[in-house]
Amino acid sequence: MTTPAPAATTARQPIITISGVNKWYNEFHVLKDINLQVGRGEKLVICGPSGSGKSTLIRCINRLEVHQQGRIVVDGIELTNDVKRIDQVRRETGMLFQNFNLFPHLTVLENLTLSPVWIRKMPLKEAQELAFQYLQRVKIPDLAHKFPGQCSGGQQQRVAIARCLCMNPKIMLFDEPTSALDPEMIKEVLDVMIDLASSGMTMLCVTHEMGFARTVADRVVFMDSGEIVEENDPQTFFNHPKFDRTAAFLSQILNH
Amino acid sequence: MPQTWQPKPPTPSPSYSTGWLGWARKNLFSSPGNALLTLLSLAVLLATLPPMLRWGLWDATWLGDSRKICDSAAQDGSAGACWVFIKVRLEVFLYGFYPEAQRWRVNFTLALLGLAALPILAPTLLRGTLRQALFALAAALLMLFTFGVPGAVFTACYLLAPLALPPLLGQRPFLELFAGRLAGAITGILLTGLAALLLYLAAGQAGGGGAAGPIAVAGAVLAVFLLFIGRLTAGAWRWILLFTVYPLVGFFLLVGNVFGLPLVESHFWGGLFLTLVVAGTGMATALPIGILLALGRRSTLPVIKTLCVFFIEFVRGVPLVSVLFMASVMFPLFLPENVTFDKLLRALIGIAFFYAAYMAEVIRGGLQAIPKGQFEAAMALGWPYWKMMALIIMPQTLRLVIPGLANNVLSLLKDTTLVAVIGLLDLLGVAKASMADPEWLGFTKEAYIFAALVFWVFCFAISRYSVYLEKTYHTSQHYN
Ligand SMILES: Nc1ncnc2c1ncn2[C@@H]1O[C@H](COP(=O)(O)OP(=O)(O)OP(=O)(O)O)[C@@H](O)[C@H]1O
Ligand SMILES: [Mg+2]
Repeated sequence: MTTPAPAATTARQPIITISGVNKWYNEFHVLKDINLQVGRGEKLVICGPSGSGKSTLIRCINRLEVHQQGRIVVDGIELTNDVKRIDQVRRETGMLFQNFNLFPHLTVLENLTLSPVWIRKMPLKEAQELAFQYLQRVKIPDLAHKFPGQCSGGQQQRVAIARCLCMNPKIMLFDEPTSALDPEMIKEVLDVMIDLASSGMTMLCVTHEMGFARTVADRVVFMDSGEIVEENDPQTFFNHPKFDRTAAFLSQILNH
Repeated sequence: MPQTWQPKPPTPSPSYSTGWLGWARKNLFSSPGNALLTLLSLAVLLATLPPMLRWGLWDATWLGDSRKICDSAAQDGSAGACWVFIKVRLEVFLYGFYPEAQRWRVNFTLALLGLAALPILAPTLLRGTLRQALFALAAALLMLFTFGVPGAVFTACYLLAPLALPPLLGQRPFLELFAGRLAGAITGILLTGLAALLLYLAAGQAGGGGAAGPIAVAGAVLAVFLLFIGRLTAGAWRWILLFTVYPLVGFFLLVGNVFGLPLVESHFWGGLFLTLVVAGTGMATALPIGILLALGRRSTLPVIKTLCVFFIEFVRGVPLVSVLFMASVMFPLFLPENVTFDKLLRALIGIAFFYAAYMAEVIRGGLQAIPKGQFEAAMALGWPYWKMMALIIMPQTLRLVIPGLANNVLSLLKDTTLVAVIGLLDLLGVAKASMADPEWLGFTKEAYIFAALVFWVFCFAISRYSVYLEKTYHTSQHYN
C-alpha cells in the first residue's frame, strides 16, 4: 500500500456530498447536521461509539434509511423520494452488512448471478463467468455450489463482497463487515477489502479495525451522538486527535 | 522450539443397535410404567383389531353384483361387510352423475394433471432435460393406450412445450425478438391470440356472456406480459402452463359444448371427481391470493393494508358454510344482470377466498421470520419490490411455512364436503345419497368407511408430500 495523501478531500472530485443532513427516529435525533464529502476513489473509515449513528449515516447513502433534512447527492444524483433516483443510486453502490445477509435458499453461485441476471438482464452464462471471476478474486472459487449455511462466517462475508462486485458498483459501503467474525476470519475479509481498496474503488467503511484504518484509509471520521466530531487523515487522527472525546474513544479501543 | 501438534484422528461413534430385541427393550420395556403401557396397548389392539378385520375382510362379501348375496350371507350368520354395495356403486362414488359415455373426459383431465404436475411436484425425480423429454414420451405412450391418438398427441405437446419454449423464445424478453427471431414473434402472437380466444369461449360457456370480452382481453394481456418477462426456464414455463393452459383444457374437457364434446353441466358432477375439482382449484387459487393478502397486510400503504386486514379478519370470523351460502346467494347480487355464474363456480370462488385468508396468515407468519437483513440486502442490490418478493423473499417464506400450508391444504380437502349445503354432491354427499337408495338400505357403515378411507388416502399422501418437500428444500438448515 502506498501511503495515503494527507487531507485528500480537496484534491479529488466529490462522488458523495452530504450537506446539512438531519434525521430523527420519532423524537430521537440520530443525525445532527452532518456535512461530509467523499472523493472519487477515496477510502473513508467511520468510527465512533455504539449508537452514535454510524450505521444510520451510511444507510442514508443508499436510502435504506430516509433523511428528513439536508441533501445527499451521490454521483450527481440527489436522493429524494423519487424511486428512479433511488434505483440509480443503488446501481452505483454496493453494501456489506455485519451479518452478511446472503440469500440462504440459493447456492453461492446463484447468490452471485441472481441480481445480474434479473436486475441487469445479463445472460446467465455471462453472469456465471463473472461470478467465477469474482469468486476467484475473493479466493473461494471451490465454494460455488455450496449453500451459505455450509460456509464459515469469513467465507460468507467474502461471498457477500463478490455478490456486490458482480453488480459493478462505483461505491462500496461497509457496515462493520468484520465485527461478527472470529479473529482468524477477520484477516481473510480484511485482505479482500485491502485488495479492493487498491483497485481504486470508493469505500466508506464503518469499522473498529484500527489497523485497517491506519493502512488503508485516506481519511478517518469520528462520530458521537449523531454528530461528526472530527475528521482527519489517519496519521493526525490517531497521533494528534483534536478533541478529548476522540482521544478517550481511541484510548478505549486501542488499549485492547 | 515448539513441538508439532497433531489433531487426534476421528473415531467411529459407539453403536447402540442390538437388533429388534434390544430396540424393544429400549423403547417398549425401558421401565415398569413403560412396560405396563405396552401391555395395555397390546390388550386394546387384541380386543379391537380382530373383530374389525373379521368384519371388514374375512367375513366380508366381495363377489357378486346384487344385494341378495349380502343378505344371504347375513342369514348364514357371518355378518361381515357388504363391499358389493361399494362395488356396484363405485362409478357413482367416483364420477357422480357424469354421463357414463363421457367419463373418459374426467379420466383424461385427471391423468393429464398428474402427468403435468409430476415434474413440478417431484423436482428431484426428473432432473435434466433428457429425463424430462423421456418422461413426456413415456406419458404420451401411456395416454395412447388409454385415450387414443388425439390424447397422446395432446399430452406429448403439453409436456414438451415447457422444454421447447425457452430455446424458441430465446434468452431475451419477447420484445427484442421482433428484431431478431421471427419464430419467437409468431409463436408469441399465436399464443396470445389462442389464449384470448379460448378464454372468450370459456367465459361464454360459463354463462358469463357479458364478461367474456373483458376476460379474454385480460388473458391476452397476461399472455403478453409472460412473453415480455422472457428468459423463463422450463420449470417456470411448467408452472405457467399449469396455471393458464391446463385450467382451460380441463374446463373445456369437463364442461364440453365445444369441439364436438357434448355439454355436461356442473349439476351432473359429483363424487370423488367433484371433491378433487373443488380441492384442486381451491388450493391452486387460494395460495396465490393468500400470498397477495399477506403482502398486502404488511404493506406500508394504509389503504391496501386496511383492505387486507378487513378482508382477512372478516373471513376468519365467519364459518365456511356461511361463506358458501353467501357465494351462492349473495354473490350474484353484485354482478351485472346479464352475467350469471355457475353454482359450482361460485362455490369455488367462495372456498378460494375463504382459504386464502387462512393461508395469508400462515404466510405472514413466515414473512415475519425472514430476517430484516434479507430485505435490506436485496434492496441494496437494487431489487424492486415485486421482483424481490417473487425471487428472494417468497421462496424462503414458503419453505418456512410448508407445515402450516400443509395443514390448510388438508383441511381444505376435507372441507370440500361442505359444498353439500348448497346442493353439490361430493364423495361424502354421494355416499349419503347412496344410503338412501331403497334398493340398498342398511349399508351406512360400508359407505362411510369407504368415504373415510378415500379421504384418508389423499390426506396421508398430502402429509407425506409435505415431509418430502421439507426434506428436499432442507428448510431447517437455512438459518442457524
Ligand atoms: N429503527 C430505529 N428506530 C428507533 N431508533 C433507532 C432505530 N435504528 C437505530 N436507532 C437508534 O439510533 C441510534 C443510532 O443507531 P446506529 O445503528 O446508527 O448506531 P451505530 O453507530 O451504528 O451503533 P453500533 O456501533 O452499535 O452499530 C441508536 O441509539 C439506536 O438505538
Ligand atoms: Mg451499526
